[in-house]
Amino acid sequence: MKTAVVVFPGTNCEQDVAHALTTLGGEVELVWHREPDLSEFDGVVLPGGFAHGDYLRTGAIARFSPIMAEVERLAEAGRPVLGICNGFQVLCEAGLLPGALIANRDLAFICRFVELEVTDTGTILTGAAQMGQRIRIPLNSYEGNWVDPGNSGRVALRYLDDPNGSQGSAAAVANGEGNVVGIMPHPERGVDELLGSGDGRVLLEGFLHSLVPA
Amino acid sequence: MKVTVEITRRPEIADPQGSTIQRALHDLGHNAVMSVRVDRVIHLELDNEDPDAARARVEDMCRQVLANPVLEDFTVKVDG
Repeated sequence: MKTAVVVFPGTNCEQDVAHALTTLGGEVELVWHREPDLSEFDGVVLPGGFAHGDYLRTGAIARFSPIMAEVERLAEAGRPVLGICNGFQVLCEAGLLPGALIANRDLAFICRFVELEVTDTGTILTGAAQMGQRIRIPLNSYEGNWVDPGNSGRVALRYLDDPNGSQGSAAAVANGEGNVVGIMPHPERGVDELLGSGDGRVLLEGFLHSLVPA
Repeated sequence: MKVTVEITRRPEIADPQGSTIQRALHDLGHNAVMSVRVDRVIHLELDNEDPDAARARVEDMCRQVLANPVLEDFTVKVDG
């Protein structure tokens, strides 16, 4: 079972994601955004950063990178697709997740630990967690305020303290099938107590378990 | 052919930047300000002679990438 971690120009969390997934027993390969073929992969992660400089809107240019056709194919095939932070923004722009991410309510770049609660365990990110489980991991974003005018998103994790105005306090959102998930805080930065938290492990373990076909 | 695209956030979508500017204007005594919205203007230059074709092409660009249909509306002005 192999996971592609996509690298756009401006992505900067790919090593953290690769390290976290590898530590948890996953097999990972970094893949450049111009790669047109992901047929050897079972799932994909779009990591955080500033893909294509976040110009125009966050994720607006990245969604047209050649690799995104393959990401869409994997999503439609029911394979696990996870976007973290900027990756969440790219998935919304690509229409693989409902809604969009706008600037935080208080126009502050938020960089601190946040406490989350699991609100849906039927997704590729939360499948190994318990309903109501508390997860403490870092948030690191300016455009983390999720809006969903159509009210069609499935909230997998919510913030306990509403740091950014996100609709329904959503921190992680899934598509209807639960195989495409975007999360604004960083589970990959919460896999080692030495660095402040190991709470992200249960989320990434859920992702790795979901790579195995049911 | 010069074309101007104005991209506006839908009224029902919050505009934190506009709200902050409004508060700042009130702090400066401009209490008449009822609302502030900050939008985006994009200037394009096309090698297309026909205004209608240019407009249609730019509207396609807006639907494809320049505007986010979840949040935004757009207007296209062909300046000639």
